[in-house]
Amino acid sequence: MSLQDLVEQVRQARAAATPLTITGGGTKAFYGEAAEAGTDETRAQVMDTRVLAGIRSYEPSELVVTVGAGTPLAELEAALAEQGQCLAFEPPRFAAGGTVGGMVAAGLAGPARATAGSVRDHLLGATLLTGKAELLSFGGTVMKNVAGYDVSRVLAGSLGMLGVICEVSLKVLPVAAASVTLRMERAQAQALQALNEWGGQPLPLHASAWWDGLLVLRLSGAAAAVTAAQHKLGGEVVAADTAAQFWQGLRDHSDEFFAAAERAVRGGAVGLWRLSVPQTAPALALAGEQLLEWGGGQRWLCTPLAASTVREAAAAAGGHATLFRGNDKSAGVFTLLSPPLLRIHRELKAAFDPDRVFNRGRLVPGL
Amino acid sequence: MNAPLPSAVARASRQAEVLAALMPLLPKHALLWQTEDTVPYECDGLTAYRQLPLLVALPETETQVAAVLKACHALQVPVVARGAGTGLSGGAMPHPLGVTLSLAKFNKILQVDKLARTATVQCGVRNLAISEAAAPHGLYYAPDPSSQIACTIGGNVAENSGGVHCLKYGLTLHNVLRVRGLTVQGEPLEFGGTALDAPGLDLLALVVGSEGMLAVTLEVTVKLVPKPQLARCIMASFDDIRKAGDAVAAIIAAGIIPAGLEMMDKPMIAAVEDFVHAGYDLNAAAILLCESDGTPEEVAEEIDRMLDVLTGAGASRLEVSKDERQRLTFWSGRKNAFPASGRISPDYMCMDSTIPRKRLADILLAIAEMEVKYGLKCCNVFHAGDGNLHPLILFDANDPDQLRRCELFGAEILETSVAMGGTVTGEHGVGVEKLSSMCVQFSAEEREQMFAIKRAFDPAELLNPGKVIPTLQRCAEYGRMHVKKGWLAFPELERF
Repeated sequence: MSLQDLVEQVRQARAAATPLTITGGGTKAFYGEAAEAGTDETRAQVMDTRVLAGIRSYEPSELVVTVGAGTPLAELEAALAEQGQCLAFEPPRFAAGGTVGGMVAAGLAGPARATAGSVRDHLLGATLLTGKAELLSFGGTVMKNVAGYDVSRVLAGSLGMLGVICEVSLKVLPVAAASVTLRMERAQAQALQALNEWGGQPLPLHASAWWDGLLVLRLSGAAAAVTAAQHKLGGEVVAADTAAQFWQGLRDHSDEFFAAAERAVRGGAVGLWRLSVPQTAPALALAGEQLLEWGGGQRWLCTPLAASTVREAAAAAGGHATLFRGNDKSAGVFTLLSPPLLRIHRELKAAFDPDRVFNRGRLVPGL
Repeated sequence: MNAPLPSAVARASRQAEVLAALMPLLPKHALLWQTEDTVPYECDGLTAYRQLPLLVALPETETQVAAVLKACHALQVPVVARGAGTGLSGGAMPHPLGVTLSLAKFNKILQVDKLARTATVQCGVRNLAISEAAAPHGLYYAPDPSSQIACTIGGNVAENSGGVHCLKYGLTLHNVLRVRGLTVQGEPLEFGGTALDAPGLDLLALVVGSEGMLAVTLEVTVKLVPKPQLARCIMASFDDIRKAGDAVAAIIAAGIIPAGLEMMDKPMIAAVEDFVHAGYDLNAAAILLCESDGTPEEVAEEIDRMLDVLTGAGASRLEVSKDERQRLTFWSGRKNAFPASGRISPDYMCMDSTIPRKRLADILLAIAEMEVKYGLKCCNVFHAGDGNLHPLILFDANDPDQLRRCELFGAEILETSVAMGGTVTGEHGVGVEKLSSMCVQFSAEEREQMFAIKRAFDPAELLNPGKVIPTLQRCAEYGRMHVKKGWLAFPELERF
C-alpha cells in the first residue's frame, strides 16, 4: 500500500458512492459524532492511513519536522526528544498506537495548551487527499507564510471532514531548560482568580490543573526564571518524578479523575464533558466532578446532567460544551453552529469532498 | 488584477447606479465618488499599482456597513474593504467597478480586560494603540509589524501580519481569539470566541490572512501578554555572510528562541547608518540583532548563552545593549530600513519571501548574482529567525526599463525562494503584487481549491475579487514567459 493506493481507494469509493472512514491507530475512535455507516449496498469502508508512516525530514535547527500522517505519534515524539525538542502543545495519547494524522484531525492539546498554543498553532503545512481524489499541498515548512488561504491549519480538529491528511509539517520547540511543579490548596473560585492574575504577570507559568480543592502548577523556562517564580508563588514543590507522572496522567487521561470518569461513562448514566470557556469564567455550579485545566479555559465535567443543561451553562459562561465521552450522543456531541457558519461548513464540505466520501457526519451531523 | 478594465461609459453608468443605491444608506459625507476625492484611495502601501475605485463608502455604524454590503450584493458590485491602507502587496487596491469600503471610522477600543488579558477593539484601531491602551495593566499586544504606528488591527487580521517578534510570540493568527464581522451578504457572524477554541472547523485560521476575500471584519478580540520586565539586545558583526547565516541556525540549534533575531547586509547597514547613526559596524558583511526578553535573571542567562554561540559562530564584533535607550538605538536602524532605502533611491520594491533558515546565505549570494544580471542594487533586511527576507530592490520608476528589470528581479527572488523550499510571501500578503508568483508555488488544482474556498464564503466572488489567487489564464500567460524555478523558457532566445 502506498499513497497512490489511497488515491485509488478514494477514486473507487467516489465512483461507487461508498463512504470512507479514515482511521489511523483508532485511539480516538470514541471522539466526535458517530460517522454515518452508509446503507447496506454502500457500507462504509475503512481507509487506514498507517501506510503513510515515516519522518520525511527533520532538522532541529529549522524547528520543523515533516512527517507522514500514519507515523505513530510515539515515534515522532521519541525522535524529537532525542534532539531535546518536543511538540509544545502536548497532544494527548489516549492509548498506544495513535498517529500524527489522528493528532491533527482531532486537534486536541494537552496541559500546556493555554500557554504554548494549540495543534493548529504549530501546523505549518499539510498535504491533503480530497474527496475529488486530488493531492493538494498548502502551507509549507517555514514559520511565516501568507501565500494563499491557510488551509493546512483548518485541518486541525477537522475530524477528516475535508479529506485525508497525508503529510504534515509541524513547528517543534526546544524542551524547557528547567521545570518545577507546585501544589497548593485553593477553593475553585480562588484558584481561578489566582490563575488569571498570575497570567497577567511575567511568570513562566506553563500548565495548571485544579481538582478537588488542590491547585497544581507547572513552571517551565530558564532555570533562573523558574526559581524566581517558585519563590514568588509559594506552595509545595512536587518531586520531579511524581510531577512528570501527574502531568502525563492528565495529558493522556489516564489519571485518577479521567479513569474514574471513563468507568462512570461505561456504567451508563453519565457523560464526560469538555467545557471550553473564557479563563475568567466563574466557577460553574454544575452537579458532578470537575477538573480544570488551561488556566480555567478548559473544564472537564463528569455529570449525569442533561446535555441541554451543560450546554446552556457553557454558553452562559461565554463558551461551548463537547460531550467528550458518553454513550448517549443523541443530543449531539458538539455545540450547534450558527446558521451562517453552518452554511459555510456545508459549502466547504462540498468544495473539498463534494460526494461526501469522508467521515460522514463525524464533525457536523449531515456533512 | 485578473479582470480587464471597463470602458469609461460603462463605468459612468455603473457608478450612477451604485451611487443611487448607496445614497439612501449613508450620510452625505460618507460617500466619495468625484475623482479628486477618490484619488487618495487608489493604492495602498504598494504605490506602483493604482486604480480608482467606482466610489468610496465610509460607513460610521455597523448597520450602515451591513446595508452597504446588502446593496452591493444585490447589484453584484465588488467590495474592497480597507483599513489604514499601509499594506505592501496591493491587497486594498480598488476594483475598477467596485466600492472601496473604508472602515477607518471604526476606531474605538471597546474593552481592555486586565484579568482576562484580552482587548476587544473595532477593526480600525491601530496596532500600536492596543498596546498603548494595555500598557497601564503591564500588558501589550505582541505582533508588531513595522507599520504598527499606522496599520489597523482589521488589516493585520486580513494579512496575518508579523513583525520582528514572531519567532517567540507568533503571528497575528496566534494572538487573535475572535473576529466578529459580516458575510458578503451583510449577515453577522463570528469566528473563534473568547474561549480558547470554538466548535466546528477552525474557520478563524482561514479568515486570518484571507486578505479581505472571505468576510468583512468589524471587531477583533486579541490576546494581551505581560510586558517582559526587561529586554536586551546583542548586536553582532560578521565579516562573512555565510558565517552570519550559520550563526542564526546555531542559536536555534542551541535551544534558544530569541525574542527577535534580525539580520542586515552591508548595503543595508550603510544606508541605515547614514540615516539614523546607530553606531552600526560599517565594515561588517552582515549584522545580527539578537534580542532576549523576560525577567532580569532569565535575560542575563540567555544573553550569556547567545554570546557564547555567536562567538563560536565567528562574530567579529559583539555589543550588548546596556540600557533601554541603547537597545532602541540598536533597533532604530532595523526599524528604519525602508525609509533609509527611500533616501538612497528614488524608488524601491520590497520583496517578502520566506526560506528555510539554513538557506539564508545561499539566497543572499543568489541575490548578489541577480544584482549583476538585472543591473540593479538590492539592500537586504531579514527577520532571520523566521527566515523571512525583505530584499529592497532599488530602482527609478520613471525609467520604464528599470521598473521592468525590477519586476523580473523580484520575481526571480520569489521563484528562487520557492525552489529553496520557501514561500513567495511571509507576511505582506499576495494582494495583486504576487499573483503571478502564486502560479509557481501552487498547482492548478490547489489554486482551484482556493477559489472553491472563496466561493464557500462568497459565492458570487464579490469580496476583494481578483486578489491572492491567480486565474488559470493568468498563470498560462505567466507560464509562457517563465517555467518553474526561475528559468526562462527557451533561454537561447533574445527578449525585450
